Amino acid sequence: MQMTVSDEALAMAAAGGDRAAYADLVERHYDRIFALCWRLTGQQSEAEDLTQDIFAALPAKLRGWRNDARLTTWLYRVAVNAAHDRRRRAATHAKAALGWGDWEKARQADIAAEAEGQDWLQGAMASLSEELRDTVALILGEGLSQAEAAEVLGLSEGTVAWRMSEVKKKLRAVAQEETR
Amino acid sequence: MTTDPKDELDRLSRALRERAPKPDPAAKRAALARSMENFDRLAKETDSQMRPSQDRPPKRAGFLTGVRHMFSYLTSKQALAVTTSAAALCIGLFIVLPQQQFGTVPAPVEQAPAPMPQPPVGASDEIARSEPAPMAEVAPAPAAGAPAARAKETRRLATPQAAQPQMMAEGAMADMAVGNMVAPSAAPADMIDLPFPPATDSEAFANEDANPVKVTAEEPVSTFSADIDTASYAVVRDSLMSGRLPPAEAVRIEEMVNYFPYGYPAPGPQDAAPFKASVEVMPTPWNAGTQLVRIGLQGRMPAIADRPALNLVFLIDTSGSMQDADKLPLLKQSLRMMLGQLRPEDQVAIVAYAGSAGEVLPPTHASDSAKILQALDRLDAGGSTNGAEGLELAYRTAESMTAEGEVSRILLATDGDFNVGISDPKGLEDYIARKRKAGTYLSVLGFGRGNLDDATMQALAQKGNGQAAYIDTLQEAQKVLVDQLSGALFPIADDVKLQVEWNPAKVAEYRLIGYETRALRREDFNNDKVDAGELGAGHSVTALYEVTAPDSPALLNDNLRYQSAGQAAKGASEELGFLRMRYKAPGEGASQLLETPILAGGAADDDARFAAAIAGFGQLLTGATYLGDWGWDDAIALAQSGKGADPFGYRAEAISLMRLAESLEAGGATATPQTPVPDDLR
Repeated sequence: MQMTVSDEALAMAAAGGDRAAYADLVERHYDRIFALCWRLTGQQSEAEDLTQDIFAALPAKLRGWRNDARLTTWLYRVAVNAAHDRRRRAATHAKAALGWGDWEKARQADIAAEAEGQDWLQGAMASLSEELRDTVALILGEGLSQAEAAEVLGLSEGTVAWRMSEVKKKLRAVAQEETR
Repeated sequence: MTTDPKDELDRLSRALRERAPKPDPAAKRAALARSMENFDRLAKETDSQMRPSQDRPPKRAGFLTGVRHMFSYLTSKQALAVTTSAAALCIGLFIVLPQQQFGTVPAPVEQAPAPMPQPPVGASDEIARSEPAPMAEVAPAPAAGAPAARAKETRRLATPQAAQPQMMAEGAMADMAVGNMVAPSAAPADMIDLPFPPATDSEAFANEDANPVKVTAEEPVSTFSADIDTASYAVVRDSLMSGRLPPAEAVRIEEMVNYFPYGYPAPGPQDAAPFKASVEVMPTPWNAGTQLVRIGLQGRMPAIADRPALNLVFLIDTSGSMQDADKLPLLKQSLRMMLGQLRPEDQVAIVAYAGSAGEVLPPTHASDSAKILQALDRLDAGGSTNGAEGLELAYRTAESMTAEGEVSRILLATDGDFNVGISDPKGLEDYIARKRKAGTYLSVLGFGRGNLDDATMQALAQKGNGQAAYIDTLQEAQKVLVDQLSGALFPIADDVKLQVEWNPAKVAEYRLIGYETRALRREDFNNDKVDAGELGAGHSVTALYEVTAPDSPALLNDNLRYQSAGQAAKGASEELGFLRMRYKAPGEGASQLLETPILAGGAADDDARFAAAIAGFGQLLTGATYLGDWGWDDAIALAQSGKGADPFGYRAEAISLMRLAESLEAGGATATPQTPVPDDLR
């Protein structure tokens, strides 16, 4: 029976200056955060940049980590905040906001080669607002519960529930488009 | 085509998971390299700016080193409180959230998760929290009469030193402001606690100020929990053996007194209660004007022949620090010794924890000793500690072993550092308490010194209704594990509470010696929900009160002008007081009550004299506020007179420790607090 050192223990050590612990920690979480960033942005290059930003800022952020939440929850929050911020910055705003849209257009060129599911995914994500995309990325992409997502997003659970019902509506609309 | 919105969500979820691109290895490498770079840069910058360590530039060293020295050398609660707040103030201002220094990083719009003002991890902190805030606490006024010179000295020394850094702190504050560093206003003041421990020695002790003298007319009732722990004595011994006086906060007098076996009468077959109290009153050795009341509880001797089968889970810390000869190797020897005492139907399992937790030995009958010994030999130290996982695994294993009518106990062996990996100390204690209610007990065995987390050990054992013992020699292992195997392993009474109501006509003032960390509120006595100490088969518990008669010249408090002194007591006026004890039969929810009057008279037997000598020993180590000019020679003579048969040599050892302490104190070192101690007390 093998268990590994908990994220929280690693983070504590890293916050206290343990270099090896920090190296383990970032190695352990890069893939997960990258995947989230992809789900948030819809573009591989954008996701790579965002992930790099997050990890570059992480040593400083970790100093303020208080071990009052699960580390993954905290990391998600850092990532979502970083994604918001990136979107908000004027230079990249248009590009990032249209991320899924751009990606859709780019992909339409070789649409024939793409699986049907992928087409549907781009359409579905493009139909959602940023806020709904964030929520979907956490709940459907990362598998968080509504309560956990609410904690990450700093929202009430009710708001998250409402957002998910909005997502359902949008998806239904997309599906109806499809059938036409 | 009709669409079910739920299907749509599933579909989106699947797509989001399955379509996520694999991270590009080059991008990942670049990002992680950059991250490490920033980590290193941050470490460098902050090291020189805010870490209170020896290797900082000498410019600022004066102030922080001063603070740290005070942490190391002062034990006066007041002084600590002042220095802590001064340090909190300064370091709080030193902290600069360095995120602004990374130009490339977008400042997040929302603050990173708002840190809750929570104390750092570790059950010891929990204990610290549950203590009354030391700042607000008024230290018990040293009794009029003759307060020990040393206690005074400590206070006197403490005050100017404590005041100084505060002034410096203000200076530092101004410096920092000029230095153009911005302290984030949102940073909670307590964040200093976490990454920058003030001292490098991580040994932590749980203790409170010594119990003060109480006036019977004002507070006639004294309530406390039984304590069968002995860890403090072993810590004191270890300190003295290595040539240093123990820090006063490591000395818990009741644990020193309870370390020794006493020949109190055990309950006979006709007694319903599983333990019996014997009370004796004798003149106080260090004060002719007072009397010492000794309360001795003796647990029923175990019926070894028909004891239920035992299920033992050894939860063994195999972290790197356990490598020392006085840790893991000693533990292995101790366990080997103990195996010989087990019966074939007893079961043993071993869970090791370090970087990972794992079952080293599945539940195995004690008859298969070869297999158990093999597993013991396989244990190897390495890795860091993650106690919480190990503990959960140990509880699962123990639960799988428990059959009807059997006793399960986890024996946690560690050198401290247990709190790494525990994100929620309160949660851990609750967890242990829940498991105790479900019938699995927990005892804690401490090994080695340096980062022994005494406070955590004590808290865990208290919650788990177990014993916390500190094992420094094979002889001690023999005592704790083998001689007392039956006692430590078979609870006969849970939540044992004692309450003494003093008769103001006979006792004007009283003082409970020790039990500071075991005090209960008066109303907790009858509240079965309030947890207290456990008594194992054959265990004995000793409590000593120093009481002063209303007409004694040794009274410390004058009569109040507006209250009639010595209110007439009802009932038998010959009684000094009345002892009530509550306990629960193991596993039961409702407590039983035992009562007995405390009567004057009786002669001091060997046991009583020896217990008094040990109580004196403890007080000499902690300031001797109430001892007058009674000193080491008196303590040694008294212990000699009470040595008795001493079949195991425990008492003889205590006497040589007293001699050692006397010569250490005479040798210039007034007490540990003022003696420079190496950083790690090793």
